Order: sequence, then C-alpha cells, then structure tokens
Amino acid sequence: MNRIDQRFATLKAQGRTALIPYLTAGDPAPQYTVGFMHALVEAGADIIELGVPFSDPMADGPVIQKACERALKHGTRLAHLFAMVREFREQDTDTPVVLMGYLNPIERMGYEAFADQAQAAGVDGVLTVDMPPEEADEFGPVLKARGLQSIFLVAPTTSDARAGTISAHGEGYLYYVSLKGVTGAATLNVDEIDAHLAPLRKLSDLPLCVGFGIRDGATAAAVGKVAEGVIVGSVLVGQIAACVDDPAAIAPRLKDILGEMRQALDA
Amino acid sequence: MTKFSDLTRMPDARGHFGAYGGRFVSETLSFALEELEETYMALRDDPDFQAEFDHDLAHYVGRPSPLYHAERWSRELGGAQIWLKREDLNHTGAHKVNNTIGQALLAKKSGKPRVIAETGAGQHGVATATVAARLGLECAIYMGAEDVERQKLNVYRMQLLGATVIPVESGSRTLKDAMNEALRDWVTNVDNTFYIIGTVAGPHPYPMLVRDFNAVAGREAREQSLKQIGRLPDALIACVGGGSNALGLFYPFVEDEDVAMYGVEAGGDGVETGRHAAPLTGNAPRGVLHGNRTYLMSDEGGQVSDTHSISAGLDYPGVGPEHALWKDVGRVNYVAANDKEVLEAFRELTHVEGIMPALESAHALAYAKVLAPTMRPDQHIVINLSGRGDKDILTVAKLDGIEI
Ligand SMILES: Cc1ncc(COP(=O)(O)O)c(C=O)c1O
Repeated sequence: MNRIDQRFATLKAQGRTALIPYLTAGDPAPQYTVGFMHALVEAGADIIELGVPFSDPMADGPVIQKACERALKHGTRLAHLFAMVREFREQDTDTPVVLMGYLNPIERMGYEAFADQAQAAGVDGVLTVDMPPEEADEFGPVLKARGLQSIFLVAPTTSDARAGTISAHGEGYLYYVSLKGVTGAATLNVDEIDAHLAPLRKLSDLPLCVGFGIRDGATAAAVGKVAEGVIVGSVLVGQIAACVDDPAAIAPRLKDILGEMRQALDA
Repeated sequence: MTKFSDLTRMPDARGHFGAYGGRFVSETLSFALEELEETYMALRDDPDFQAEFDHDLAHYVGRPSPLYHAERWSRELGGAQIWLKREDLNHTGAHKVNNTIGQALLAKKSGKPRVIAETGAGQHGVATATVAARLGLECAIYMGAEDVERQKLNVYRMQLLGATVIPVESGSRTLKDAMNEALRDWVTNVDNTFYIIGTVAGPHPYPMLVRDFNAVAGREAREQSLKQIGRLPDALIACVGGGSNALGLFYPFVEDEDVAMYGVEAGGDGVETGRHAAPLTGNAPRGVLHGNRTYLMSDEGGQVSDTHSISAGLDYPGVGPEHALWKDVGRVNYVAANDKEVLEAFRELTHVEGIMPALESAHALAYAKVLAPTMRPDQHIVINLSGRGDKDILTVAKLDGIEI
C-alpha cells in the first residue's frame, strides 16, 4: 500500500486529523531542507508537501513567490529535490512526501525520467498545480505505473460534474482550495468550506484535505472539524523569510507553529 | 501529415492545436474558462453578435483599414511590391483593438462589472482601457515595471482613460510577469471579473477567440488584394510576439498554398547570442506556461528564461500554440529580426513613406528588407503594419541621446 493511503488509514483508526505542512524545497538554501522536513515530522506532520520552485508560480501569493526566488537563486532544481527526499528517507521511511509544483520543470525533464527518479528517491505523490485531470492522460498513467499517486485540487468554483471527474482521477487525497485566490490569502470561512465539502463526500471516497488560509491552531482546529486533513504553507514559509539571515532559528520556529496546530487538532 | 485545410479546423474540442495549446490552469479557473467557452461557442456563429461586432469595428474602430501600396519604399528595396495593411490607423493605434472590441462584447454578456488585462507595449492595455471606458466597466491593467518605464506614454494614456495601471515588480518585470499577476487577480476576483487576454496565448478558449477577432484584418487584406493587386499576394509578413496580429493576417489565407507566410520574432541582440525573444526561430523546447503548451524558452531545469527585445510587445518567452503547430507543419516560416535591423527599418519607413511604425511592427518591415530584394517587381508582399510608433518615440529618442 502507498504510504499516503496507509497514513490516512492509521489516522482514521485513531480518529485524528492529518496535518500537512508545505515548504518550498531549497528555501532559504538547499542544505537546510532535509533538516526542516525532520523538524516538521517531530512537531507532528503526517505528510509533507515539498514545493518544487518555479520561476512563474501563478497560483501563489507573494510569500511563496519569494520562497521560489530564494530557492532558485541557489539553483534548486528537481535533481536536488530527489536528493533531498533520498536523504530524508535514510531516517524516515514512514512519512509520505508529495511533490507540489508546476508542470514545466517536469515537462522539461520528461514524464518518464521524472517518475523514475521520483519513485527511486522515495516520493509518494505528485500535485501539479497547473495540470487538471483533463490534461493528465499522458502523465497520470506514467505516475501510476510507478506507484506514485496523482493528487488533484478542487476549488470553490468546481462544479459537481467536474468534481466527479477529478475524484475519479485523483488518488491519495483531494486538496480542497478553501478560497478563491492565491496561496497566503487571509480569510477563511469554515461554514462555507463545510458546505462545499458535503457534496464532495458523496462524490468521492478520498480523504478531503483543506489548504489556503490556515494560519494557526485555531483555524487548523476549526477546519479539522470538517475535513480529514489541514494543509499549511504560507505561515511556515513566512517564518523562513523572517529568518533568512539566521537560518538556525528557522527549525525551532517551524516546530513551534506546527506543534501548536498539532495540539489544537488533537485536543 | 497535417493538410493545410486541416489547420482551419483547429483547435479540437479540448483546445489543442496538435500537441500544443490546452487548458493548463489551476482548478479555481477551470469553471470560468468553461463558462467563457460556452458563451463564445454559442455566440460565434450568431448573426446578431457578428453584426454587433462588425458595427463596432466599422463605426468605433474605423474599419476596414486601408491596404496601402508603399511604392517609394518598394522601389528603394528594388524587388517585390510592398503593401501595408494599415492596422496602425485603427482607433487606439494598433490591431489590438479588434480583439478587445470582441472580448468587451463577451464581457458585457457575462454581466461582470470589472475587466483586467496584461500588457507589454501598452497597446493592449490602452485598447482594453478604451473599451472599458466606453462600457463603463472598472478596469485594472497589469504591466511589468520595466515596460511601465519604457512605455510611459501609454501608461498615462491608460490612466487618462480611467484605468488603474499596476506595475509588476516580480521576475523579469516584463510581459510574462504581468500575465502571472493578471492570472492571480483573476483567480481572486473570478466572480466579478472578466480577463481580456491580449494575444493568441493563455488557456483555451483564448487562443481561438483572440484569433477569430483578429482575423478581420486577414479577411479584409485578402479581399483588398484581389481588388487592388488583381490576385492574391505572393507573401505575407507579420511580427510575432504572442502572435495575434500574425494569426489575424495569416488565418484567412491558410488554405491558399501559393501564399508564403513569414512570422518575424524578436531577435534582440541576435538569436545566436541567447539574448532574444524568439522561441520558434531559436527552436526552444516544448513547455507549459500561462495555460498552454507551446515552444517556450526555458533552462535545463524548466525555469522560464528571461527574454530580451527592444520592443516591449514582443518581449515574451512563449508564443501562441497555433503558431507552434504551424511551424511544425511548415505552413509558416518563422524568422527573427534583431534590434539593430528593427531600428533601421523603423527609421526607413518613417523617412521614405511618412509612416512611423511601432517597434513591434518594424520587425516585420526589417524582414521585408531581406525578402523583397530576392523577389521580382511583379510579385507582391502584404505586411501587417500592426501599430503606429508614437508610443516608441521616447525609446528612440533615448537611443539618439535626446532627452524629451
Ligand atoms: C503594435 C503591436 N504589434 C504587435 C504586438 C505583438 O503582439 P502579437 O504578436 O500578439 O500581435 C504588439 C503587442 O503589444 C503591438 O503593440
């Protein structure tokens, strides 16, 4: 069984909500990323979304845009991400890792080469922000053949018909984008999220995880009441931005923030 | 092998032009694009919609634009006869308005009170601000900070028209970054905002509908050629940034196999230097940006390259997906003109014909200087003079060391 499915099965048995942090790989520099990943797991992460830096992150707000710029300044590319996951796996063989990013770096490498290396490194899933299922007929099977899961987004604007298609193609979990906007946007309305998740549950057996707008323990706990998982990105990445000149301070801060969310979710 | 007649039936139902095009967007926008496609497909062949479009083009834009025989310049070049399709004479001074008139009608049907656009040279921004003023719509224009600087006159024009111009500081601070930011705005305000994309790029259905709205220039040019030349021209030339003025001219001629076509990209310092904006001529790898698959300048790791061109409107690392297909099937020859050649052509047309072209359009003229002398005086070239050069006066003055 894929690590992602396994993790959700365990969480379900324990009656717990998944906590899924996102970091842009290579931010503030490539040598820190694996350490951050371990720190996140220690603080209670269930799955890690590792961002692939891209020059044109169209779905991201300023916080993750700047993270991409910092990572790219150090030349972080897919080959480095695979090396990071391989190193992470030396100590952690349980925590699922999902690569999240945009299509062009993968397209440039070639689908097969990408999937081969991702599998060999110990990646579990791939979320390509600008590749809806309609465009994935070639890439999807290449991933599947190597046991890599395709994670897709569902948005507040997604029709029921589309949600059905997405769910049929999706694996691992559905990433529900909590609001119309880019990553890092502020306001999030739990009742609205709940209202959107209800019909999704009828269409899909996949765990529903909610991202965009989760800021702290309180928002995590509120969303955790209506979803199987919460995804948190910009708040963590913002900590990296605040400590670029003092990288040693980053891991403890990430642990504090994620730890608070873990506690709030488990309370 | 794709027959040229097949090219008129593109894109397919999913917005693909062969291996190119498509709809590569984050999920939040899928619904808006499906809705736009539905609206457009319902109106495309609706006689009332066509009549409204034609009426606006005639009475607001001033169409048809003339096909002008540049006799003196033809003599100087000493070869084929040069004909200029005078899109520079359109209201607002470029071909861009053909498309914004069409999309403004779609925006009106959608009932959304706000429009946004990206712009490079500012011509599309001006054309969008213009139709927004006319329809009483709120208007925001995204423009790379570098372009805000080099196209100052158009920035102020947009502001006079009531638009908000938002300088984009991220990335290379040019057209591609403006498009990123416009897409971010659209994702956030998709309920009340219509995105007027300015070229034959972006996610399906934009490449198709922008082409359709621009094709009026090619239809006119074809008819005018038959009337004024007595036959179809031997060659067509147009500059290619995203590729809307080129497709607008070329599309109605696509099945006329004897009409050769030349798309001229921005050679910048020279394609061989790597400092250019010519993905087709430079054989850039296939890639995905801004919603479609196309030839895309990027590095080994798939990071999109910075581009270089004297002309803000051509300074873009990708190109419309239909051009990518037309390159592969060999229907159009894609070539590049570098900055120096472009400036020479700009000055030459201004001196010899009293017509000051946009620096974008001057790319097409620069290639005419190469092509015409290889042809006979009884042969004919039609060039899309896509815009007028007033907006570029400051750029040229600066190169001349003159402060205005
Ligand atoms: C006068 C003029 N011509 C050409 C272009 C390039 O666009 P396209 O290749 O879509 O025609 C521009 C873009 O700003 C323009 O202003």
